[in-house]
Amino acid sequence: MTPARAPSAPRREAAPAPETAVTTYREALREAHREALQRDPRVFLMGEDVGRYGGSFAVSLGLVEEFGEERIRDTPLSESAFTGAGIGAAIRGMRPIVEIMTVNFSLLALDQILNNAATLLHMSGGQLAVPLVIRMTTGGGRQLAAQHSHSLEGWYAHIPGLRVLAPATLEDARGMLWPALQDPDPVLIFEHGSLYGLKGSLPDPLPEVDIATAAVRRPGSDVTLVAYGGGLGKTLEAAELLAADGIEAEVIDLRVLRPLDDATLLGSLARTHRAVVVDEAWRSGSLAGEISARLAEKGFWDLDAPVERVCGAEVPLPYAAHLEQAALPQPETIAAAARRAVRGDGTGEDQGDGSGDG
Amino acid sequence: MSDNAVASASTSASEHDALAELTAPVPEVGDGGPEMVQLLTPEGQRVESTEYDHYVQDLTDDDLRGFYRDLVLIRRVDAEATALQRQGELGIWASLLGQEAAQVGSGRALRPQDYAFPTYREHGVAWCRGVNPLNLLGLFRGVNHGGWDPNEKNFHLYTIVIGAQTLHATGYAMGIQRDGDVGTGDKDRDAAVIAYFGDGASAQGDVNEAFVYAAVNNAPVVFFCQNNQWAISEPNERQTRIPLYQRARGFGFPGVRVDGNDVLAVYAVTQQALNAARSGNGPTFIEAYTYRMGAHTTSDDPTKYRVSAEVEVWKHRDPIERLKSYLVHQKKADQDFFDALDKEADELAATVREGCLSMPDPTGESMFDHVYVEPHPLVEQERREFVDYHAGFATEGEH
Ligand SMILES: Cc1ncc(C[n+]2csc(CCOP(=O)(O)OP(=O)(O)O)c2C)c(N)n1
Ligand SMILES: [Mg+2]
Repeated sequence: MTPARAPSAPRREAAPAPETAVTTYREALREAHREALQRDPRVFLMGEDVGRYGGSFAVSLGLVEEFGEERIRDTPLSESAFTGAGIGAAIRGMRPIVEIMTVNFSLLALDQILNNAATLLHMSGGQLAVPLVIRMTTGGGRQLAAQHSHSLEGWYAHIPGLRVLAPATLEDARGMLWPALQDPDPVLIFEHGSLYGLKGSLPDPLPEVDIATAAVRRPGSDVTLVAYGGGLGKTLEAAELLAADGIEAEVIDLRVLRPLDDATLLGSLARTHRAVVVDEAWRSGSLAGEISARLAEKGFWDLDAPVERVCGAEVPLPYAAHLEQAALPQPETIAAAARRAVRGDGTGEDQGDGSGDG
Repeated sequence: MSDNAVASASTSASEHDALAELTAPVPEVGDGGPEMVQLLTPEGQRVESTEYDHYVQDLTDDDLRGFYRDLVLIRRVDAEATALQRQGELGIWASLLGQEAAQVGSGRALRPQDYAFPTYREHGVAWCRGVNPLNLLGLFRGVNHGGWDPNEKNFHLYTIVIGAQTLHATGYAMGIQRDGDVGTGDKDRDAAVIAYFGDGASAQGDVNEAFVYAAVNNAPVVFFCQNNQWAISEPNERQTRIPLYQRARGFGFPGVRVDGNDVLAVYAVTQQALNAARSGNGPTFIEAYTYRMGAHTTSDDPTKYRVSAEVEVWKHRDPIERLKSYLVHQKKADQDFFDALDKEADELAATVREGCLSMPDPTGESMFDHVYVEPHPLVEQERREFVDYHAGFATEGEH
């Protein structure tokens, strides 16, 4: 990741940096917490089972031993309570990190997040900023059924007053928390449940990570694939499938869901003239819809084909593994949409179209 | 629920050491205190109670053996389900191990017209309501959505979002009230609702709001809290500073703590509360003091956060052993009975296993079922697209 950069220039792979040991997304998040807790005594973490248990997804494993129960706080089982208390602590000058087990359970704290955290600054005439970070797991694919698995980050991206992040890489898992804590406004961080086990290595020294821009994860000239969070990996796989067909896809990782980095999106569209938006959430009223609208509003003259969307089926996410997978975007369905955008027929057989002439 | 177990593989050795150290001190293991209603000691001695004896005095030896049979069979089904999950046949399973008496005692106190709202752990109540255990396994296998008819069994579907069902129970109870099925004196008509929830859930806003709502409406509902001492990894102290049953007073209805491992006491206390609700005297809070002997769910490893000494203490309070001692000492059951029951339990387990393995997978298209009651244009469109997309692969395959 780089800080803000000229949107039109797709970033090529940087020269390989010396690498640290192999780590995981989960451990990268944990390191980010450790760093924040060490650097700033105002930082503390609270949520259900974050102490000895180490968090429902083991992100905070070992932290209570290192930082004590004052700073790694197991809360009563009430999402509204610990989110609301986080707001209060933030107003008092602390830098709370609130962990909610899943985005579905954040709905029990929705009033605190929307009516309070996101609104207090405005309604206090600028007197009460809420520097609160709320982390939660999102997304499906792990057989946890319709009350643990939805992708509601798009709803949160709808809300003025919030910044919404979706780390999809180890670098972002490691790097986004600190700048989020520096943000004077409430920041929501969505960790897709399928990513915790993601393995890789982090460059040394760690790159600076911004919480403002989208990133080009794979340059390409034929079609832009827009993804974020848990969808990024599948979309990169789809790009490989497409490459085998001679279609070069450019893959954009949104990284930040609010505010959206229009410049990067439109810069890519200006190069490829075709776009597919991948979003595990339901299509109707989705973030994918918002992105498509922006591409149409601001990139209309660059478009050579209708914008395609690949979204989750509009049903409560099924529990049975095969149904759940069928309900979610997959590399094949993403690639099929990209072929439709490029060739108009989805067969992937005709190689003749060439680059966009819009 | 949680998938921490997946993560534990990545725990480093030093983290393990740190955890082991943390879990070293032996905890104080509460015994429920003097106010806890108990009719059978852990050793199986009958304790006299002027207030509660008459709820159990009419129980025949057959009834008592029936309770025992319930406890044994549901524990056996539970063990089989845990094993099936371990073998990859169920997605997850939340074991009721240790809580059998709390569930069977309360479940047997229900009349057919009463209605129960469970969490995800009430397999014993389901059993008492006549729900086939296979339905429960099918749910966790992902091949059905429970499959029992809640309106026939008067047993609601499992609720996963903590505490939500307490409000549903309250509203359902108010429906009973509006239908005039409270306080008529007709024992086949007067009805009540029972809402199950856990000690962790007691902190949830929904639950406390249900208390307020039920109280001001005098709803015929019994709030049945199984205090199994743990909410995943969090002990009681993280949820409350006073014994949970004492909270009821602040909401304006009676609260009682009962030995949740004593099936007779639970049966008595629940009957009293249901009678009050059915006759128009409003809600009662029951705290069944018990213990979650197993993991939170099959995704959990409790050795990470609690000491085995605590589990050992509770082993001596086992709900099945104490009823067995009582039955044996009072000569209410002989060895033939126990032998026959063991055999029945094994047969049931085998049936459950076979039934589970032979449940057909749902078709892919079935995910589009039941999004709305009536066919819905958007859902039907996606269903068609789904079918066409997959038909496309079938034709390709034929080439
Ligand atoms: C609203 C909500 N928050 C969090 C969870 C995750 N969760 C599942 S079970 C559980 C603990 C429940 O403890 P308790 O109420 O004591 O019931 P028990 O599991 O011990 O039977 C938690 C936090 C959830 N299912 N719903
Ligand atoms: Mg509990």
